[in-house]
Amino acid sequence: MTLQLRTPRHQVSPKSVLLWTMQAAVFWLVLFIPQLIVFLLVNEPPTWELALMIATLVVGVVHTAVEPSWRYRVHRWETTPDAVYTLSGWLNQEWRVAPVSRIQTIDTKRGPFQQMLGLSTVTVTTASAAGPVEIEGLDHEVAQQLVVELTNTTQATPGDAT
Amino acid sequence: MSTPADLPAAPEFTEPLAEWHRLHVRMLIVRPLNESIAMLVPILVLLFTGNGEKWRLIASGATVAAILAFSYLIWRTTKYRITDDQVELHTGLLTRKQLAVPRDRIRTVDLTSKPGHRVFGLSAVRIGTGQQDVPGTDGLTLDAVTQEEAERLRVLLLQKGVAPKTASADEPHAEPVLPESEVISRLDLKWLKFAPLSLSGLVAIGAVFGVLSNYADDLGLHPVQDLWEWLFEHPSFTLFGAFLVALVVAGLVLSVPLYILQFWNYQLTREPDGTLRVQRGLLTTRSVSVEEQRLRGVDIQEPLLVRLGKGAKAAAVTTGLGSKGESNLLLPPAPLSVAHQVSRDVLKVDDDPTTRRLRKHPFAALRRSLFRHVVPWVVIAVGLAIWAPSWAWPIPVAIIPFAALVGWDNYRSLGNALDERYLVTRNNSLVRSTVALQRTGIIGWRIQRSFFQRRSGLMTIGATTAAGAGVYHVTDVGESDGLALADEAVPDLLRPFLVGESTAEGQAERNV
Repeated sequence: MTLQLRTPRHQVSPKSVLLWTMQAAVFWLVLFIPQLIVFLLVNEPPTWELALMIATLVVGVVHTAVEPSWRYRVHRWETTPDAVYTLSGWLNQEWRVAPVSRIQTIDTKRGPFQQMLGLSTVTVTTASAAGPVEIEGLDHEVAQQLVVELTNTTQATPGDAT
Repeated sequence: MSTPADLPAAPEFTEPLAEWHRLHVRMLIVRPLNESIAMLVPILVLLFTGNGEKWRLIASGATVAAILAFSYLIWRTTKYRITDDQVELHTGLLTRKQLAVPRDRIRTVDLTSKPGHRVFGLSAVRIGTGQQDVPGTDGLTLDAVTQEEAERLRVLLLQKGVAPKTASADEPHAEPVLPESEVISRLDLKWLKFAPLSLSGLVAIGAVFGVLSNYADDLGLHPVQDLWEWLFEHPSFTLFGAFLVALVVAGLVLSVPLYILQFWNYQLTREPDGTLRVQRGLLTTRSVSVEEQRLRGVDIQEPLLVRLGKGAKAAAVTTGLGSKGESNLLLPPAPLSVAHQVSRDVLKVDDDPTTRRLRKHPFAALRRSLFRHVVPWVVIAVGLAIWAPSWAWPIPVAIIPFAALVGWDNYRSLGNALDERYLVTRNNSLVRSTVALQRTGIIGWRIQRSFFQRRSGLMTIGATTAAGAGVYHVTDVGESDGLALADEAVPDLLRPFLVGESTAEGQAERNV
């Protein structure tokens, strides 16, 4: 007997790849640039510093090149009248399920990069401190539609959500 | 309000309790007392390190004055009241904070009296709601009121379904009637044998050491670093051994008074108002009341040595308790049989769910467990071999067999079970924890598969809940078994997202 979780129905916006690429690039540049400055300013920098800098560069480039598209292939989401269902991650992956009857709040947020690309993140929280379900990288219109839809189904579902 | 003037006023609706109260005026003394215990060391250091220079006296005096002024301002700006619907607390000097907790959301009441409080007959009251979605709404603390007032609030605030006892104006402090409470468990001095096994003495030494070295740092001394450097220069295993032995002996000796300090007069009762109440403590006394209806399960915890001594402690899985200071404790380290009895009585079941026969997890979970426990020590050993003096690397190498044992034991711990009402999951080796979580308390799933888990067909299933830690894990379970477990634990939640034979069968059965 084999039982498996099927992948959720919808993919996130293809622009997410760009979003994650930008995020990864910024992260690695923040690590790399100070090292570069120190390296250029210090007389006779030690070899371990050069090694660390090259390692940062190599890992950073590989991560920035691989992670976003890998993530894009993984990230998926789906809502039914009864539940919100997501899959996220890349090396490590995580499915989250939250029943609509337990939903407490539905938020959208847009970081600076997301605003630039017209993307939104929808966060659905339940009474559990560990249970928020996030859908990152939705097209703004899709996100708004989703919020309206979820708000309606949540209101139509009785229960005090605890 | 447009009540006609000719009708008599309805006295039931007046709220004599709804007037504002201040915290007890004795807090003016108690707060400085409690605070200055923490500040004592810096003040003394300030006073006595030096040759009585004038500025030191002034600085110490100013510190004391500041503490006094601060506590006066806190007292002056804090007021609370209890209306029919909510508990309100106004506090803060520069930033005014107004907290309001709806009374029907109150899940727990925690009364704590530190020694300073007790000398003056006071008690701090923490009211917990367990709402975690908006920060700061998960409860409020009244620090402090008289012990009688605290007791009255405890009974009043946890009364549900009963009309709030708003006493008539001439007897605002009318005592609510108190029927008998049922004792589930109380301290047995034989349990003291678990004190040394719980290693609490060592933990306490560590804490004291941490505080002291903090102060030492402030004074420009670095004892740890000095000791470390000295050890590097004079490696001596006899000295190291002697130090370890002394530490262990001190820990063992300290643990018994610590157990008594924490758990003296321990008593677990079921109160007539539908709450479970834990009372304990020798100097600092605590009384934690938990609304029984909100109890979502029990966590039986067995720290390694306590487990070897056939002991365990028990904790409540419930909403509305902060994680601070073991507020969720139901039973201090005690014999395992007592823990099971407590669990049974608290959950009101015939059979403690944590004694269910647990399903083992696949062999691949053992590989993962061994790998995770052993590899870090190998890495440390290699690192030390390269960068540290030659005597250092054998230490992690010597630890590796024990790490492997722990990894093996960790695997042996893993297990899960399901009965009509509870999902049972067991994790960890050093503090083995067996959690029975009410199936109706599960409000979602978090299912994780790391890169390595995917390769070995395993997954970690997290059941999210409003209570306790927020999520409880079934670790490294076989993919198909884990999903079947989750599907069965909460019917219909996961089913639409499952594919595979078992679902088809289930569907067929359901359609018949």
